[in-house]
Amino acid sequence: MNSSALPAATEPRPRRGLRLSPGARDNLAGYLFTLPWMIHLVVLIAFAMLASLGISFTKTDFLTHVEFVGFGNYVDLMGDKLFWKALGNTAYYTFLSVPLSVMFALLIALLLNQKVKGLGFFRLVYYTPSIVSGVAVAIVWQYVLNPRYGMLNLGLKAIGIQGPKWIFSQEWAMPAFIIMGVWGAGGNMLLYLAGLQGIPTALYEAAKIDGASSWRQFWSVTLPMISPTILFNLINNIIGSWQIFSQSYLMTQGGPNNATLTMVLYLYNKGFTQFHFGYASAIAWILFAIVLVFTVLVLRSSDAWVFYEGELRK
Amino acid sequence: MTEIASTNLHVGTRHEISDRVMHILGRVLIYALLAFGAFLFAVPFLWMLSTSLKAKNLVSEVPIVWIPPQLVWENYVTPWQFMPYATWYRNTILLTASNTIGTLIATSLVAFGFARIKFWGRNVHFLILLATMMLPGQVTLIPTYLLWSRLKVINTFWPLMIPQWLTAGYDVFLLRQFFATIPKEMDDAARIDGCGWFGIFWRIVLPMSKPALGVLAITNFTWNWNNFFEPLIYLNSTEKFTVALGLTLFQGRFHREIPGLMAMTLISMIPVLITFYISQRYFIQGIVISGIKG
Repeated sequence: MNSSALPAATEPRPRRGLRLSPGARDNLAGYLFTLPWMIHLVVLIAFAMLASLGISFTKTDFLTHVEFVGFGNYVDLMGDKLFWKALGNTAYYTFLSVPLSVMFALLIALLLNQKVKGLGFFRLVYYTPSIVSGVAVAIVWQYVLNPRYGMLNLGLKAIGIQGPKWIFSQEWAMPAFIIMGVWGAGGNMLLYLAGLQGIPTALYEAAKIDGASSWRQFWSVTLPMISPTILFNLINNIIGSWQIFSQSYLMTQGGPNNATLTMVLYLYNKGFTQFHFGYASAIAWILFAIVLVFTVLVLRSSDAWVFYEGELRK
Repeated sequence: MTEIASTNLHVGTRHEISDRVMHILGRVLIYALLAFGAFLFAVPFLWMLSTSLKAKNLVSEVPIVWIPPQLVWENYVTPWQFMPYATWYRNTILLTASNTIGTLIATSLVAFGFARIKFWGRNVHFLILLATMMLPGQVTLIPTYLLWSRLKVINTFWPLMIPQWLTAGYDVFLLRQFFATIPKEMDDAARIDGCGWFGIFWRIVLPMSKPALGVLAITNFTWNWNNFFEPLIYLNSTEKFTVALGLTLFQGRFHREIPGLMAMTLISMIPVLITFYISQRYFIQGIVISGIKG
């Protein structure tokens, strides 16, 4: 529909109408095909980012007043104890849940890759939590984590451990979210599994002939071969976990005593319940800066530990 | 001497036996670990199922009553009567269907543009697209919200639909990677047969990309069905709610109706679960083909 009216690019003689050079026609076709994205880019990203940056330099609710305050919001944020609390909580969640999810998903994928019977069944069970909505997850875990009759504490009791109060406790509310995060790491597992199954068996055979133990094969063949998948999962998880919101919003409203206040929940509270749009925008930009720094750091480090097959041919 | 040789032989077979024992032990360990993990992963769902069929007073019973003495099927019926679940399902289905179809059409056009047509500035634009994948949605959230509120479409479905129809960087990237694997010689052959760019797109590239389009459809279907944040921001009257929002409202209003809540939560999960279970093989194949290594 977009460009069906366009003459074919290398047709020898354009019949009628537009007489464009092949290059110009390709330019036109290219921009017509990518038009939805270009609109998205200009309006919902470029314009919105500029506006967001502008708004972050103001105090405004967009109804009664707009006041330019320069870096005022950022300065205020630096002295805002709640903001630091939210930043600390979110960092805590990220630093624990990302490595745990990445490793746990890899472990499951490695086990599933051992030519096990019932692969389809296991894959299904491990994958299911990750396709269920955040709302459903929050609803069920609210009761799983109940200190008195929740499954988790009853299970711990069965092996002689007195479970904590989880989401009702300042120390254990975030660890509870981290457990939920690992439970939902099945998406990562699926990607690892795909990566593992893509490793040519010839590599393992060669390693065996060289006398490599299974442990050695894991370190010298498996890990390097799936390192691009690890990188992909790592970056995705980092970006996602800095934006943790629904668990806090639905299960604890940031409590107890702000122990689960996260950056996006704080942003939401400031922007959409108190209508401090300038302040909320400033939080968003700091969040962006953090995500960017972490992504770039991981990408930089990847030269040292990610192996791309193409490099073999150098 | 011969004695030593025979001992060596003996040791050899013993090694073989111990190897086999180790192998069997290893297999047992693998299955035990997998089964234990699977149990931990599945048990919250089993609890949901069990609770959804319980009488209210049995929910907080210790130890857990896994099989209720009487199955209370009304838990699956009564919530529909005191909450507008039918409306919420209609809204969710409408949003999910329109967004999934819209995304598929728009994304395939855009991805084709990036994969096949050499237009001025293409590479720069593709780099920008990759960079936007790192941008947290919160950065653009407030201006976007204000834009929609200027256009007076808050509490309608437009803010939830239009951005979806304008594609997302991640989807475009995925599909472009797939399109790029289709040999370009096919384009030239089609062109000799008189196809323009749209003809190549429609007759050559799309029919060959069904697995990748399937992956895109499933992920977008799931994402839209489960989406919570945007509906929370943009929808504020009950009759506009989606199922995900409705569930939180239900939980807030009737916090003692845990069996009913579990029943409704289970029902809300069914469409996504069925879609995945039916398309599991297809979906996994798609992931492999789309090649995240790209």
